[in-house]
Amino acid sequence: MYNFNYQKAKSLAEASGAIGKSEDVKLLAGGMTLIPTLKQRLAKPSDLIDLGGLPELKGIKSEGDAIVIGAMTRHIDVAESAEVKKAIPALAQLAHLIGDPAVRNRGTIGGSISNNDPAADYPAAVVALNATVITNQRKIPGEQFFTGMFETALKPGEIVTAVSFPVCDKANYQKFRNPASRYAIVGVFVAKTKDGVRVAVTGAGPAVFRQKDMEAALAKNFSADALKDVKQAASGLNADIHASAEYRAHLVGVMARRAVQAAV
Amino acid sequence: MATVSMTVNGKKVSGTVEPRTLLVQFLRENLGLTGTHVGCDTSQCGACVVKVNGDGVKSCTLLALQAEGADIMTIEGLAKGDVLHPMQEAFREHHGLQCGFCTPGMVMSAVDLVKHNAHPSEQQIREWLEGNICRCTGYHNIVKAIKAGAEAMGKTA
Repeated sequence: MYNFNYQKAKSLAEASGAIGKSEDVKLLAGGMTLIPTLKQRLAKPSDLIDLGGLPELKGIKSEGDAIVIGAMTRHIDVAESAEVKKAIPALAQLAHLIGDPAVRNRGTIGGSISNNDPAADYPAAVVALNATVITNQRKIPGEQFFTGMFETALKPGEIVTAVSFPVCDKANYQKFRNPASRYAIVGVFVAKTKDGVRVAVTGAGPAVFRQKDMEAALAKNFSADALKDVKQAASGLNADIHASAEYRAHLVGVMARRAVQAAV
Repeated sequence: MATVSMTVNGKKVSGTVEPRTLLVQFLRENLGLTGTHVGCDTSQCGACVVKVNGDGVKSCTLLALQAEGADIMTIEGLAKGDVLHPMQEAFREHHGLQCGFCTPGMVMSAVDLVKHNAHPSEQQIREWLEGNICRCTGYHNIVKAIKAGAEAMGKTA
């Protein structure tokens, strides 16, 4: 790694001020993406601001008909939370599929969505469940949060503090994992929310997107059969050594049908 | 340079590190605890797994400074003097290693598994080991060792 200055933030305001001043100052959450990135010299921040000492960013609570998860909450805490398992089991199931046990002991939801890796899992849940991303400045509808590959709507100095997930009728997440990295080659989150059926796809494109043809078909008939003839177009999808765009398009259909069948 | 302090295997320690010093480097090079291994250095193989505040963590993916004030246990901290930890004994009994390079990470991950699930099935053990890679054994004896180790840990709890 190139060297950098390190400091543990004593307050959210301090952290926000530090990153607001310069793009070379980066936030450190779990570090499961940032530290490997630095080790490969793919980034050269001047300063790291560690959010690990801010207890107000951790925790899972029920607020009305929503589950609110603090930005520094670890994947393992979401996966094992009795509250999440009861209210939105598909969310606990998704968290359980991230990385591996040691990574889940450190990785955080705030870090995951702020980074917006095209193969990250949480963006699919945020969009499918119509969640709200809460920052130190405002509330951002989930669908507006993910703006491009590794890009989000966050402004300089803005830090995700929590994500609020409305409880839904039924949902499920199916992920076709790269056998080596376990990232999503394609991941589909299907949710029957109080505002209708939503289908969010990650891994397939440069960022998470809604599959509106599938949503329309499932709104009429919530069954895997309803998706039989709904095809995902290959154009615009990612193509790399792991999967062609056509294969990813095919996987979107397969994962969506499995998710509908498994939805609880 | 910065000073970092933590508790390692029950002992308070401190040292001088650069901000970019990884926890695994601090343990191996500053403290001489070379039981924790650097296998892939890309967060995949798990040879570097140690316990930080009770949780299995990949020490090659943590800065030493992130562990300020933490309670760390490495493979060296499992045995009590000459008496092996039940999980270590199970790896010995069931031949759960060949070259031994992945083994410290396997044992530390296994101990973490039993904390979450006292009686893991073979399937659950194999899933838990997703973050630990072995080039020698083909995993069969590792899984057998962990199954036996879990039962033994249950008896001595």
